[in-house]
Amino acid sequence: MQGYILRSKNQITLVGGILIAIAFISKWTMANMEVFKWSLIIASILGLAPIAIQAYQALRVKVVSIDVLVTIAVLGAFLIQNYEESAIVTFLFLFGAFLELRTLNQTRSAIKELTEMAPESAFKEMENGEFEEVDVEDVDEGDILLVKTGAKVPVDGTVLIGEGYINEASITGESIGVEKEKDSKVFAGTILENGTLQIFADRVGEDTTFGRIIELVEEAQDSKSEAERFIDRFSKYYTPAVLIMSFIVWLFSRNIELAITILVLGCPGALVIGVPVSNVAGIGNGARHGVLLKGSEVIHDFSKTDTIIFDKTGTLTIGNPEVSEVKYYTEDVDDSLVYLASIERESSHPLAKAVLKEIGETEVLPVENTEVIKGGGIVANVAGHRVAVGNVLLMEKENVELSKKAREDIEALEKSGNSLVLTSVDGDFKLMMGVRDQIRKGAKEDLSKLKRLGIKNLIMLSGDNQGTVDVVSRELGLTEAYGNMLPEDKAEYVKKLKKEGKIVTFVGDGVNDSPSLALADIGIAMGSGTDVAIETSDIVLMNSDLSRLPHALGLTKSTARNMLQNIVIAVGVVLVLLFSVFFSEWMNMSIGMLVHEASILVVIINGMRLMSYRLRV
Amino acid sequence: MKSATINLETLTCPSCMLKIEGAMKGLDGIEQDTVNVSFNSSRLRFDFDEDKISIEEVEKAITRVGYEVKKSRVK
Repeated sequence: MQGYILRSKNQITLVGGILIAIAFISKWTMANMEVFKWSLIIASILGLAPIAIQAYQALRVKVVSIDVLVTIAVLGAFLIQNYEESAIVTFLFLFGAFLELRTLNQTRSAIKELTEMAPESAFKEMENGEFEEVDVEDVDEGDILLVKTGAKVPVDGTVLIGEGYINEASITGESIGVEKEKDSKVFAGTILENGTLQIFADRVGEDTTFGRIIELVEEAQDSKSEAERFIDRFSKYYTPAVLIMSFIVWLFSRNIELAITILVLGCPGALVIGVPVSNVAGIGNGARHGVLLKGSEVIHDFSKTDTIIFDKTGTLTIGNPEVSEVKYYTEDVDDSLVYLASIERESSHPLAKAVLKEIGETEVLPVENTEVIKGGGIVANVAGHRVAVGNVLLMEKENVELSKKAREDIEALEKSGNSLVLTSVDGDFKLMMGVRDQIRKGAKEDLSKLKRLGIKNLIMLSGDNQGTVDVVSRELGLTEAYGNMLPEDKAEYVKKLKKEGKIVTFVGDGVNDSPSLALADIGIAMGSGTDVAIETSDIVLMNSDLSRLPHALGLTKSTARNMLQNIVIAVGVVLVLLFSVFFSEWMNMSIGMLVHEASILVVIINGMRLMSYRLRV
Repeated sequence: MKSATINLETLTCPSCMLKIEGAMKGLDGIEQDTVNVSFNSSRLRFDFDEDKISIEEVEKAITRVGYEVKKSRVK
């Protein structure tokens, strides 16, 4: 019975509305007070039923819910035979709840869409070698699965047989098809646009990248800031307090009308709902635009940041250095290149990779007595020659004479942002390569957007030489840039800025910068959905896309503002209502309920604006 | 000790979280510190002692305060 009444709430609301309409029509057109009265009585009783049941359920677990306040108020209205008020209040309360459900579902839709992208079934190879469709929960690591055109990849895995194009938008936000062949990695939740693949399941269910993203976003939407926890504590005592207050008012004034009006006005709806609504809409918007925000605390902090520190390699630059220029100071070019390649082949330095790529296929000689000079380079014996590969300091240390032309070249290359690799053989300077990392496309535009959004300090820290750092810095218009920084220096620098009272955001690739990411007020990982990036940071920019950063900042600023607006609306409405009940003539229970329900809808609709937020600077 | 996740009907009203928390408080065998009602994802998470209480009993208690249980998962 109880369940039946609760399930029929919508029908009850509709009937209640019709009865109220009948009541007023008969009063105004026929002046029929009997129909008027009885329609309203029936509407009140019908409407009160579900509210009273909810109130009873709440009281049984010792909670004074809004339903309790409304039920007492309606019963009070009955007592003084004000059926008009009792009918209208129950109707508005039920109708308000109906609208709240609809609009709240709207604000939550972005995250729902995300969870609905999760794969549900898979074709698994059974013991007889046939593929059969099974629920995705029945897939284990190590299973072999078949993915057909148009289907979702059910797990994180490796391609065994076949090739095809996969749309990885659910992971990276980028909807251009990615080619996959044998040994390629595929991700759960991505869609095979054409081709057929057999894959080996590496990770399943919640362990997949997609599973983690969902879990993270779901946790984020319900994470609470200090302010929200306060509101929660507050509302626990607020409703009983309203009940007591109205009782006291009745005790002294013996005015039931006034007492029950206070009960209705005191309902705290908008205050409790306002902040979570902004939160879920903001995080939902981010999820749609490749920005994962880990909760409302993060939103609050990031919206206040004034200093953003970037790690250079892989963040502002592409992170894939290339040789931009080669200068020779010798005739026997081939020999020198062979020596250089032989030494660089054994080095793991990022510059070495670029050098080898430039030289291409070549003969390799055995290398002996390798000596790594810290902050300089490498000295070794190749085919009986003493070969030094490194920077200018190393050349000076080796007493290699640099001609006037060589010195001019060095200066020019450093100025244009190159890291230098010099090579000498038996003390003679042979050749020099300038290696440069390209700046990310659009990075300059993105940074100037950040400035317009109010960031005061844009700082770059890099392990590269100061010359290179300065060039990138000038090109991008950074406020400060420091080179020759080790990971621990960067962490130290973050600490220093925090001590100066700055609210520091650190943007890095999440692997070697994890100390700085953790130390900063806000750590932002540019991850192509890598695990470390997702775990260690507060915000993740999917697909390593720097252009998402201004959007993220603008969004958190708007979301934080939105939360504040909602709190002001909620508190303001209650204050105005309470004020008018004591000092004005026009306030009564129905108007109170109307304003109360309207304020809930206003905060929800205000929150909904965030769903369509776009950066405009 | 097992941990459970219960998916509820869509939560909308401000006092539903209090009601569900209240219902959980009255149950024996629930690790009260772990009870977490998520408003936006309409989900209830908690740890419980399977010797003292079954997941069905918890579901019944939730239904009694007026919320439909859609799906529950115990791990």
